[in-house]
Amino acid sequence: MLLAILIVTPWLSSQYVTVILTNALLYVVLCLGLNVVVGYAGLLDLGYAAFFAVGAYTIGILTQQFGFNFWAAIPFALLAAALAGVIIGGPTLRLRSDYLAIVTLGFGEIVRFTARNLEITGGASGLSHIPEPSLFGWYIDSSIDFYYVFAVLAVLAYIASQRLFDSRLGRAWLYVRHDEDAAEAMGINRVAVKLAAYVIGAIFGAVGGIFFSVNLGAISPESFSFQQSVLILMAVVLGGMGKIPGVILGAFIVVLGPELLREFDTLRLLIFAVLLLLIMLFRPSGIWPEKRS
Amino acid sequence: MLLQLNQVSLSFAGNSVLDEVAFGVAAGRIQSLIGPNGAGKTSLFNVITGFYRPQRGEITFDGERLVKRKPHSVTRLGIARTFQNVRLFREMSVLENVMAGQHCRSRAGALAAVLRLPSQRAEERRIRATSLECLDFVGLADSQERLATNLAYGHQRRVEIARALATEPKLLLLDEPAAGLNGSEKEALVELIRRIRDERGIAVLLIEHDMSLVMSVSEHISVLDHGSLITEGTPQAVANDPRVIEAYLGQDDEELAL
Repeated sequence: MLLAILIVTPWLSSQYVTVILTNALLYVVLCLGLNVVVGYAGLLDLGYAAFFAVGAYTIGILTQQFGFNFWAAIPFALLAAALAGVIIGGPTLRLRSDYLAIVTLGFGEIVRFTARNLEITGGASGLSHIPEPSLFGWYIDSSIDFYYVFAVLAVLAYIASQRLFDSRLGRAWLYVRHDEDAAEAMGINRVAVKLAAYVIGAIFGAVGGIFFSVNLGAISPESFSFQQSVLILMAVVLGGMGKIPGVILGAFIVVLGPELLREFDTLRLLIFAVLLLLIMLFRPSGIWPEKRS
Repeated sequence: MLLQLNQVSLSFAGNSVLDEVAFGVAAGRIQSLIGPNGAGKTSLFNVITGFYRPQRGEITFDGERLVKRKPHSVTRLGIARTFQNVRLFREMSVLENVMAGQHCRSRAGALAAVLRLPSQRAEERRIRATSLECLDFVGLADSQERLATNLAYGHQRRVEIARALATEPKLLLLDEPAAGLNGSEKEALVELIRRIRDERGIAVLLIEHDMSLVMSVSEHISVLDHGSLITEGTPQAVANDPRVIEAYLGQDDEELAL
């Protein structure tokens, strides 16, 4: 049913709506990825946009400056993100969660400033004219094409999240989140398990970034600001940490909310902010929180 | 000896907690560690299981050195434990709690889970079956779907034992397993401890304050006082040892009931 709606929607709506929905689907991927880190493993990450940036920039640099085929560049982007996950996670995962938040915040900013100041990343103006990918002679270029690309990604992210949650690793995240010492005593290596969450979250983020870069054809450091990280985190918390339908709902709210309030013009962000505060006040564990039987 | 401690010393900020403790646990033996409050019993458990690192001394288990190993690595080698205050994953189901113990006996990673590889699915079935068997062993298979926090306290203690058994240990450390249990629950606990040894061949080392339980279940008793091992031997020998009685003088009546 939901799948059917997902498929027919672009044929029934304007291009404007299609673009907005594509953005919402991108957020679904990013939010499900951050949910692995924050929701499942319970690690506060304030720099998640960094992984999004690593994916996008790796594709941008490899395709545009080194002439890589888009599909051939994808494994490198995923690898780069996983590596970034290990680099930031390795030394910091022994820290308590509030320190971790600060370190990840710093990491997010470091990545953005690096992108701003390097020649290879195009400095403050970023990279443009990133070539559109083709698949068996079909150029993915229209907004409807990209809508479907992100729809497929969102569905895959959903399935992967669900399967991870139902796995040995998924349970280990919950054990560590609930009681680190008891989990260790049961033979669970908490550092390894947290690092796995970090790397998997990074890969989700990179997947979002990879297709984000070719969708827009241009990326700049400002696409990966602290505000972006906060927005993704807000969607996860708003929807209900750890609960997949809640997180997806959160992603849609964060993207569609400001659009639906467009008629209020200059007041819209203020109204949106008040609505978010009210939600958090009355549903502190999210709109659709994790509930276990 | 399955587990052997040699001259193990532990101190926190200059305060000696364990002072050159040396003792062993034989394979397949039920052994107790007793001593007044603050004698260092739980600290000794934490040293064995890798939660504390002793300043001096050697600990060997089944031919492997334990000092400097992380707790998860000690568990993998075959030592499982329960906690003095029950530490279940409260908001998870009873079966999920027990499945935690199987983590170190399984290996499927993220990719296998995302792709649902046949090997991963077979492993999940095995984890579930083994955990259910452990739960059945402590008599709580019927409660598998319930939230751990909703169980009666005595049952929570049993789930914790089932979770430890699910790690497939050679040695089980029980930290005050009878605390908070009523008379009939204590009898059932004695029976369970014997079955763990008789049917599974697992050695058991328990810390316990209930002396009648200790005397009835133990084959060997070690007595700790002020961080030192003051004596050890059979229950009869220990009960009649004047040093033990002296160590307990000034303690609560309950603990004097030797």
